[in-house]
Amino acid sequence: MRHIISILMENESGALSRVAGLFSARGYNIESLAVAPTEDPTISRMTLVTNGSEEVVEQITKQLNKLIDVIKLSDLTEGEHIEREMMLIKVKAVGEMREEIKRLADIFHGRIIDVTETTYTIEWTGSGNKSDALIEALGGTTILETVRTGVSGISRGEKCLRM
Amino acid sequence: MELTGAEIVIRCLKDEGVEFLFGYPGGAVLHIYDAIYQQDDVKHILVRHEQGATHAADGYARSTGNPGVVLVTSGPGATNAVTGIATAYLDSIPMVVLTGQVPTSLIGNDAFQEVDSVGITRPCVKHNFLVKDVKDLALTIKKAFYVATTGRPGPVVVDIPKDVTAHKTEYEYPDKIEMRSYDPTVKSHTGEIKRAVEMILSAQKPMIYTGGGVVLGNGSEILTELTRYLGYPITNTLMGLGAYPASDKQFLGMLGMHGTYEANMGMHHCDVLIAIGARFDDRVTGNIDKFCPDAKIIHIDIDPSSISKNVKVDVPIVGEVDPVLRDILGLLKEGKSKPDKTAIEQWWKQIEEWRSTNCLKFETNDEIIKPQQVLTELYKITNGEAYVTSDVGQHQMWSAQYYGFEKPRQWVNSGGLGTMGFGLPAAMGVQLAHPDKTVCCVTGEASIQMCIQELATCKQYNLPLKIILLNNRYMGMVRQWQEFFYERRYSQSYMETLPDFARLAESYGHVGMNIEKPADVEGALKEAMGMKDQLVFMNFLTDQKENVYPMIPAGAGLNEMILI
Ligand SMILES: Cc1ncc(C[n+]2csc(CCOP(=O)(O)OP(=O)(O)O)c2C)c(N)n1
Repeated sequence: MRHIISILMENESGALSRVAGLFSARGYNIESLAVAPTEDPTISRMTLVTNGSEEVVEQITKQLNKLIDVIKLSDLTEGEHIEREMMLIKVKAVGEMREEIKRLADIFHGRIIDVTETTYTIEWTGSGNKSDALIEALGGTTILETVRTGVSGISRGEKCLRM
Repeated sequence: MELTGAEIVIRCLKDEGVEFLFGYPGGAVLHIYDAIYQQDDVKHILVRHEQGATHAADGYARSTGNPGVVLVTSGPGATNAVTGIATAYLDSIPMVVLTGQVPTSLIGNDAFQEVDSVGITRPCVKHNFLVKDVKDLALTIKKAFYVATTGRPGPVVVDIPKDVTAHKTEYEYPDKIEMRSYDPTVKSHTGEIKRAVEMILSAQKPMIYTGGGVVLGNGSEILTELTRYLGYPITNTLMGLGAYPASDKQFLGMLGMHGTYEANMGMHHCDVLIAIGARFDDRVTGNIDKFCPDAKIIHIDIDPSSISKNVKVDVPIVGEVDPVLRDILGLLKEGKSKPDKTAIEQWWKQIEEWRSTNCLKFETNDEIIKPQQVLTELYKITNGEAYVTSDVGQHQMWSAQYYGFEKPRQWVNSGGLGTMGFGLPAAMGVQLAHPDKTVCCVTGEASIQMCIQELATCKQYNLPLKIILLNNRYMGMVRQWQEFFYERRYSQSYMETLPDFARLAESYGHVGMNIEKPADVEGALKEAMGMKDQLVFMNFLTDQKENVYPMIPAGAGLNEMILI
């Protein structure tokens, strides 16, 4: 099953490589990983999407907790949560395709944020799995570049992951 | 007063109560060596190879419970230390390793003797640090000791660039420390402990299975009390030997790949398994699908990630071994129910039947020395009281099988990583910590050559080790596998061109002995043990084709042992 794990960790050089190293050394897979400092610059928040059986995910959270730089973590998928991913996608846009792409972007609530005579760049934000749907829908056009931030997530309601 | 970083390093060690610093100098740590020169609070032990420094510190730690401390230079100094760091990591040994680093301004430039020590050691340390500012130095060293020695212990590396050791700052060493991201204190669930007690009392065919965690957590005393109170059979892992007195009748010996018949059969047939400070390693479980098929499992461990990692358990208890076992015993004594006496008697009958196969029997003759004979004699002559270190191979298994360890920390070996070369330097650390005790290193002719240079260190510091070389002219354990599983194709496992070990030892200034006949074993051991002030290197020419039995072949269950 797919799990979204949110991690608060010391904003130290090397902290990221400890997480990445743990996943490669133990053969866990990372679908995406997004990390940046929080309102407290000494703390980073990482959102990690992984796949695995319940036993594997239990081991993953235990092993992550064991890392000395990890302050706290939570498996967002255990409760109600919101996930978002941002994607920038540059496509070839010429002739009648320009209209078609514009229409597609609208349907997906994407915005065209950069325009040239031959290209469009679409900015899109949504929940992780929908980004694949957009990419698929754009299949008829030539995709020049796809840039995804990876999923970030947060619990719904008053539940918080904080110090 | 302001001190240099180098002076701070040494002051920190002193304030931390460090007795010995095992090290080897080089460019990046010259300032620190200069600071060492100007004090005598911390005694520096100059090894002959950085691997030796780490194993010696490790042996010191294993035999005392205090952290071992190492100092090496950057680049090759650090890489040479990696094997020893990994060895300590896999056995959860508290150790602090200080590595020199090139000056901060050169980091990342492929400077002379630069390696990314933090990067290289990351997967084999509990934690590591790079100190970029002298102001952080003392605090970082404090953190290193704190992390290494608390919770599930392990090695911690502190990488210190050369310029940081030259810069000055006020020295202040904190008494206590807190880290928001690291809280090693664990309080176990009373609910789980109650469930464990119920399960323990419900057992008809119980087994207690304990590992290195009981030794590391100083839980041996309470374990013994609890086991005797229950009257249940107990087995120890390779790392757990000594946590329960081997001479006790409730003790079934070691379990696992080369465990006893009674221990492995007991495991396989038990209905309640009480696992304490053990981690269900593949050398213990055999084929995991066939492991303890009928057992409910209680697992007590300080590390939550050890629980249900390899084997799913029914009652998980995260906590320190000593308080948890005390709570369990307390509840047992308070409660009205007692262990099921008739069932346990029945169970013991079955166990005694298994025990009567006498799976560790061996035959001696007049011609050729059997390795088991050497260890049995060694046990007698040292009254079972020696510290014994070993290398890796058959001799290690025979030591574990035939030297009955009565006390925790008496048996020092590399169980997790299985590092050949460990035995001799580890014995140095043990001897330094226990100058008046007999310290024996049981080794093989292949293993001993991996760190043999440390014989010089032994001379320099007058360490009167007793080296017991079981010389079978083969990498015996490799040969055994080739005999069993590769149709006797002994590929590269014969040790050609061996040195004359006795004379080699003599050339280092020690006493060397060659023992070739079974009748001479006892006399030679007695003579060697009598030489209290000298290192004696005993080269026993042993049976070349002797195998370690019993053995569980790969893929088999614990009940599928090969007996002799
Ligand atoms: C550093 C290292 N290299 C290789 C091995 C693999 N290995 C395990 S046992 C063994 C043979 C050991 O031979 P020896 O020291 O003579 O002991 P014996 O088995 O004969 O008692 C080898 C090569 C190892 N454990 N460690």
